[in-house]
Amino acid sequence: MSVRHALLALLSEGPKYGLQLREEFEARTGEVWPLNIGQVYTTLQRLERDGLVESDGAGDDGPQKGFRITADGEQELAGWLRTPPDLAAPPRDELVMKVLVAARVPGTDVHEVIQVHRRYLVELMQQWTRIKEAEAESDLGLALAVDAELFRLDAVIRWLDSADGRLKRAAADPPRPAPAALPRLRRRVGALR
Amino acid sequence: MSALELREVSKTYGTGAGVVQALRGIDLSVEPGAMVAVMGPSGSGKSTLLTIAGSLEDPTSGEVLIDGTALSGMSRNAKARLRRRSVGFVFQEFNLLPGLTAAENVSLPLELDGMSARAARAAGIAALEGLGLGDRAARFPDELSGGERQRVAIARAVVGERGLLLADEPSGALDSVNAEEVMRLLHEACKRGVAAVVVTHDAQLASWADRVVFLRDGRVIDQTAPPPGPESLLGAAPGGRPPGSHRLPGEGP
Repeated sequence: MSVRHALLALLSEGPKYGLQLREEFEARTGEVWPLNIGQVYTTLQRLERDGLVESDGAGDDGPQKGFRITADGEQELAGWLRTPPDLAAPPRDELVMKVLVAARVPGTDVHEVIQVHRRYLVELMQQWTRIKEAEAESDLGLALAVDAELFRLDAVIRWLDSADGRLKRAAADPPRPAPAALPRLRRRVGALR
Repeated sequence: MSALELREVSKTYGTGAGVVQALRGIDLSVEPGAMVAVMGPSGSGKSTLLTIAGSLEDPTSGEVLIDGTALSGMSRNAKARLRRRSVGFVFQEFNLLPGLTAAENVSLPLELDGMSARAARAAGIAALEGLGLGDRAARFPDELSGGERQRVAIARAVVGERGLLLADEPSGALDSVNAEEVMRLLHEACKRGVAAVVVTHDAQLASWADRVVFLRDGRVIDQTAPPPGPESLLGAAPGGRPPGSHRLPGEGP
């Protein structure tokens, strides 16, 4: 996640101090992602260097130093909000690799391996759901952040469910050798194999 | 005493070569106030487990106890009475009677159980009000939204002093915000002491439960550990702040 753009977004509401930026960042994201103050000041320095924010009181680096967004900063923020994150390239997902490996290691029950991960993910989702249940009505930022986490974990569980079913079917009815037209695709997903 | 207990429950359909083992030796107990989710793929036996737990079907072997009372040897009528008094059902398709208003749908099981029409209606309206549907009492199901219909179905399931709620994909037909509302209401019923079994293949629904049981090919293969509490999760967030500095549920902002 981009701390840089989160700070620009907070400054787009008006000038703020560093400490205030940290507090508001944490409040808006439901305190799911704690931010340390050093990170805030380093980021602000870089933003100032790039002309995206400006500060008052040139020499003073203390907590009383206020920051405001520049016109370039506003443009940068508007562009970033509309830039899709990089979801196109398949990630080198550790869990995907573990399941692929488990399917080949002799004496390993891949379905048991899948269940270990499924249980762990459901337990994580239970914990997030408890947090949402207790706080979401009063804290919209938290509800949104927890929802995002729940949907992400849910997607991983769905992949496990589908892998489970696919492996079960493949064991009952082994796949035929791949036709010759596939090598290009195989190279592209090679990072996962 | 468990609100629901299954002991070595098995269920077989068909005979000879066409025999299907839907459940194989299921042990499960649900205490008052607990919500248990049963997760599994299609054909794992989830729905069979629920119909047997609700006495709609008999197990081939094993024993089902509701509030400590064994169902085996009970007459059909006695089981029907137990169902009306102690068990509430919530289905994916709501199953409300179209010719009855919301209040009539909710009070019907009480009237069937011999309560006077007036007392049943009062209890029905109170249950609807408890779910934020007081102003919908006189509406017919086709005048309600999907989320409202499911809330009426929940009111019907919890009305009276029922101690056991059985739900089969209770929010399967709803969008995620309405689905969350349904799960929140079911969990609130549990906090008031009702025991619930929710059958689902959806991890987001299952994660509302206190315990998740995983079913495969008619067997319980695994279940979740008791939850360690939210502090462990927030403590694990990047940037790791010292324990105790996080806002925890119940502490307020």
